[in-house]
Amino acid sequence: MIPDPLVIAGRELSSRLILGSGGFANHELLREACAAARVEMCTVALRRIGVGADSPAAGRSILDVLREAGVEVLPNTAGCFTARDAVRTAQLAREAFATDWIKLEVIGDDRTLLPDAVELVAAAEELVADGFQVLPYTTDDPTLARRLEDLGCVAVMPLGSPIGSGMGICNPYNITLIVEHASVPVVLDAGVGTASDAALAMELGCDAVLCASAISRAHDPAAMAAAIRAGVDGGRLARGAGRIPRRRYAEASTPMAGLPSL
Amino acid sequence: MRVVVNGEDRALQAGATVADVVRSLDLEPEARGVAVALDGEVVIRGEWSSTVLCEGARVEVLGAIGGGR
Repeated sequence: MIPDPLVIAGRELSSRLILGSGGFANHELLREACAAARVEMCTVALRRIGVGADSPAAGRSILDVLREAGVEVLPNTAGCFTARDAVRTAQLAREAFATDWIKLEVIGDDRTLLPDAVELVAAAEELVADGFQVLPYTTDDPTLARRLEDLGCVAVMPLGSPIGSGMGICNPYNITLIVEHASVPVVLDAGVGTASDAALAMELGCDAVLCASAISRAHDPAAMAAAIRAGVDGGRLARGAGRIPRRRYAEASTPMAGLPSL
Repeated sequence: MRVVVNGEDRALQAGATVADVVRSLDLEPEARGVAVALDGEVVIRGEWSSTVLCEGARVEVLGAIGGGR
């Protein structure tokens, strides 16, 4: 296949699928999914040691698994409801993981997990000013996506539908508008339920897909990881190939000229 | 001296530092993938051993967990 790297903030990634590490029942399933999806980047969250996070002394940590798989860490601010908490969490993640990349999530409520636009913009501004490469999880609002780009985010990550819902892309029209106006990479984030959702995201022109639950909670996570990667690759190829327009009636592909009289 | 580490009360000797708390959690010596907040503010790694805790200090010692989507 011809190389077709995803470039975010000057960094080249050959995989257009980014894995979220949430929801895997154990490290082995995460390792298998990384291999099957051939990902190069995976999100991780920060939690209290001894409560949520692995104690690095107590055997292999998630960081060991990702390092052995050759997968880079993309820290996130999962669980933050305010700009203040998200900024602090990003600063802690920078210390913990020695990266200035941050997947910024500021959630409005824990029922829908939809982004809080006001807090998100405030946090993004502060983090950009503090030297972070900010990748914000955002709604599928084209205006908000443009505002995030204008203030210096290195990508925008609109949701297809709520986190973990598996409802796919509820508003393909808005995702198309975001793609048309963005000059930073657009990463479809949240809502993917199966391979066709990932393919659709890429066909709409997204530059990449981030996915966890569809893989980690599938009956066979490694098989779904391979399927979603194939969906991403297929959708990317189809986008480049230029699909035929939709039409209401059939259009014959066989010429009528030369039809015999029988 | 009483401090709160990851939400739990702990008794430490006067003059204890952030580095002492990290050591007490039985982490590997370099404590890779670990970050510390003291009273809500980040303490960078290079300042763990020089940051002395006060009575009632709230220390958060954080590490990586699977998360996202």
